[in-house]
Amino acid sequence: MKLSVWTYEGPPHVGAMRVATGMEGLHYVLHAPQGDTYADLLFTMIERRDHRPPVSYTTFQARDLGADTAHLFKDACKVAVDRFQPEAIIVGASCTAELIQDDPGGLAETMDLGIPVIPLELPSYSRKENFGADETFFQIVRHLCGPLERTEQITCNLIGPTGLGFRHRDDVEELTRLLWEMGIEVNVVAPMGATPTDLTWLGAAHFNVLMYPETGEAACRWMERELGLPFTKTVPIGVGATHDFIAEVQAITGLDATPDESRLRLPWWSRSVDSNYLTGKRVFIFGDGTHVMASARIAHEEMGFEVVGMGCYNRELAREVRALAEEMDVPCFITEDYLVVEQACMDLAPEMILGTQMERHIGKRLGIPCAVISAPVHVQDFPARFSPQMGFEGANVIFDTWVHPLVMGLEEHLLHMFREDFEFHDDNGASHHGGKIDLREVNAAAPDASGGSTMHEEAAVSLPEVQADGSIVWLPAAEKELKKIPFFVRGKAKRNTEAFAAEKGVTEISVETLYEAKAHYAR
Amino acid sequence: MKGHTTPAAGCRDVPVLKERGQREVFCGLTGIIWLHRKMQDAFFLVVGSRTCAHLLQSAAGVMIFAEPRFGTAILEEQDLAGMADAHDELDREVERLLSRRPDIRQLFLVGSCPSEVIKLDLARAAERLSSVYAPNVQVVNFSGSGIETTFTQGEDACLAALSRELPETDASNLVVVGALPDVVEDQMRGLLEGLGIPYVSVLPAQRAGEHPAVGPNTRFILTQPFLGETHAALVGRGAQHISAPFPFGEAGTTAWLQAVADAYGVRPDRFDSVTEAPRARARKAIAAAARDLTGRSIFFFPDSQLEIPLARFLTNECGMTPLEIGQPYITKEIVGPDLDLIPEGPVLSEGQDVDLQLDRARKLRPDVTVCGLGLANPLEAEGLTTKWAIELVFTPVHFYEQAGDLAALFARPIRRKNLIRAMHPNRMEAAE
Repeated sequence: MKLSVWTYEGPPHVGAMRVATGMEGLHYVLHAPQGDTYADLLFTMIERRDHRPPVSYTTFQARDLGADTAHLFKDACKVAVDRFQPEAIIVGASCTAELIQDDPGGLAETMDLGIPVIPLELPSYSRKENFGADETFFQIVRHLCGPLERTEQITCNLIGPTGLGFRHRDDVEELTRLLWEMGIEVNVVAPMGATPTDLTWLGAAHFNVLMYPETGEAACRWMERELGLPFTKTVPIGVGATHDFIAEVQAITGLDATPDESRLRLPWWSRSVDSNYLTGKRVFIFGDGTHVMASARIAHEEMGFEVVGMGCYNRELAREVRALAEEMDVPCFITEDYLVVEQACMDLAPEMILGTQMERHIGKRLGIPCAVISAPVHVQDFPARFSPQMGFEGANVIFDTWVHPLVMGLEEHLLHMFREDFEFHDDNGASHHGGKIDLREVNAAAPDASGGSTMHEEAAVSLPEVQADGSIVWLPAAEKELKKIPFFVRGKAKRNTEAFAAEKGVTEISVETLYEAKAHYAR
Repeated sequence: MKGHTTPAAGCRDVPVLKERGQREVFCGLTGIIWLHRKMQDAFFLVVGSRTCAHLLQSAAGVMIFAEPRFGTAILEEQDLAGMADAHDELDREVERLLSRRPDIRQLFLVGSCPSEVIKLDLARAAERLSSVYAPNVQVVNFSGSGIETTFTQGEDACLAALSRELPETDASNLVVVGALPDVVEDQMRGLLEGLGIPYVSVLPAQRAGEHPAVGPNTRFILTQPFLGETHAALVGRGAQHISAPFPFGEAGTTAWLQAVADAYGVRPDRFDSVTEAPRARARKAIAAAARDLTGRSIFFFPDSQLEIPLARFLTNECGMTPLEIGQPYITKEIVGPDLDLIPEGPVLSEGQDVDLQLDRARKLRPDVTVCGLGLANPLEAEGLTTKWAIELVFTPVHFYEQAGDLAALFARPIRRKNLIRAMHPNRMEAAE
């Protein structure tokens, strides 16, 4: 038993729903009690889908448990097939139905429904949403696909996009364009948009593009083994990764055409002098493994940030994320407990978080800007505009998205310079984010005897300024000095000073210590 | 006043269409989302699965991010193997929780589908934990499982459990039952005070020590129509129920207050002087919103259990015509007074087979369809105008001062559709 307040992933049957809802002509008969239909609203509300997910819930009740729940399941199968006329059905149990052991797969197979019936075994008490999606798609592929003659032209399949995915819709479009410019046509995109019949054509492609290992890796591995389809290992998120992906595709296909790079703007935007202020910004990265690893590379190599920690919530990619963290020599957090992530953010005091909607809230509480890079998703992660993460346009989108939460470069300087100004001070946050300007009372700004300012002693600062455990004490003047440092670097200054003090065996931090530390860490 | 006229033939005795099939409704756990904000020293610990945690998070929209006073003890494979373990594990999690949150005075152990199916005895656990943490923390158990409860029924199960634990009294008091937003509760108290009703308390109270005492001289009245089990529990404690239509709109609120006034023998002139001004305000506010509603048809999918009282309000006070009123379950003892006031005509349905009901809605093409979030966008895409039912339980809608807001909730989708009609794929239809 484990206490959970917020979760990063839903149960595995929600993963199966993401596959079924992404596809067309497939129906999911789910043995489940009343209430599990809540999952429909993830799709109809968050993703604004204009159709109900293709899922029939058996809706058993307490009074059915003593009697016969198996017939409820069989009835639901029959009604679903008659009404929706799917090309194939997937059948399975949610967490409660798993306990009553009706064996939906076995029941459906005896029914002679006249269409392929694909049973799912998704252990609800040990696995989660991403596993559910990966396993479901793998089972569908395994049931429906066989070897085929290859297409005459070089084609590929795009594997992994599902319903409720983070920017999957736009990534598919961007990659399709990129590959087309390389002379490669897309044979099948799956699961998103594919029918069961489309899936039977998967084997005609020359290779697979594995877009999201979270949801497509098991199927790609099976197709490699059984159908002889190699798959790409690089996820093309970021400039470097996109170039590596292009090289990988060229190696697989023997083609040497390169896509049009004139629309790629991130490199110049990052080199242009305005971006100087991004240098060495300390970022903490958390999300699904794929997006975290891609983001770490972009942050480090393309934005000039300093990665101070990273982690992922999906254990399936823990090994890879750990290895990368080790290589970058930063702490790594493999956890599904958002309180652990929140603690990490407090301890590391980054200047920005690259995370999920959960980290956006953590950042809000701690006063740290955050850009969203990964699922779990929210209605805001389905923008109306074209907004991919992959390929060249994806890199452009990422540059904008990551810079937006920060205070702009020139504004940073002005805040340093005029930090005591009553209307232009850092508690107001970045000027392009709106919000009401908080005018300080001018007469409150009288200097005190120490030469510092007495104002905004109680200003809302979310990072504790003084160690609570008492090991290092900030003298009042030093604490005051610390508060004069603008909020977006205050965390770093505090941390550096404390580390410096600890290293020197100093237990009381004075203004002197603060500036010695500053000189020590000067870049 | 229209709302006061009992129609020649109301809906109380019309045959009910009972359906059994796929239900597109939440389970009772959802009630925790508003209960935990109402009861400020309570923590709701669901003993369930990852699905339960995901439901609470999805229903709450991930937007309420103050550390919530609810959580899920997620059952794992090893818990399913042996029962003794599960109780030990629960004790450990409760200890961790209470040491981290010393401000908690009431802990609700909330049963879920999996905990019910594996027959985890949470009542016993509550008893055990109560004896450990008394007197600082009271531990109470109820079930919000989907195999037993529908959406708002979770609040019913919670309040019924509380009702059984309330202190005993011989004093005469009035208990108003149902979680209301604080601002609405204050208005309600103001009205009852104006009528001179003594010893009014509410269930649930904001804090553990403030829940009312009950006994043979207690009278109680419900503010929510989904409180059937709580009703039975209070009657079981000897309290007397004041039956009334629910306090939605001007007429509903007046009828509700009248029932209290009658029970306490309040003089008519006093009643009039207290209600006259807010009644006039409510009528005026409703009239403004009802311009968009009068003459339009409405179809209710079963959801919040407020459907019958709302149909009464929209029919009698806003001039709408209900085509079908679906409710998850119908307890005539409780919604009877509202049913009496709805003229015969609409189909009254209980339970659900969602695909068959969708077929009926598509055939009737109502002007407004009230449904859950899973159905709203798909129906909008088919050209129907919808009102999400969940907004009705998350928005202050009871009593006089909210009457106009309640009508406006239904009018807004119609107004919106009209404002953006130029973009509608079928402009002829949109212009109707």
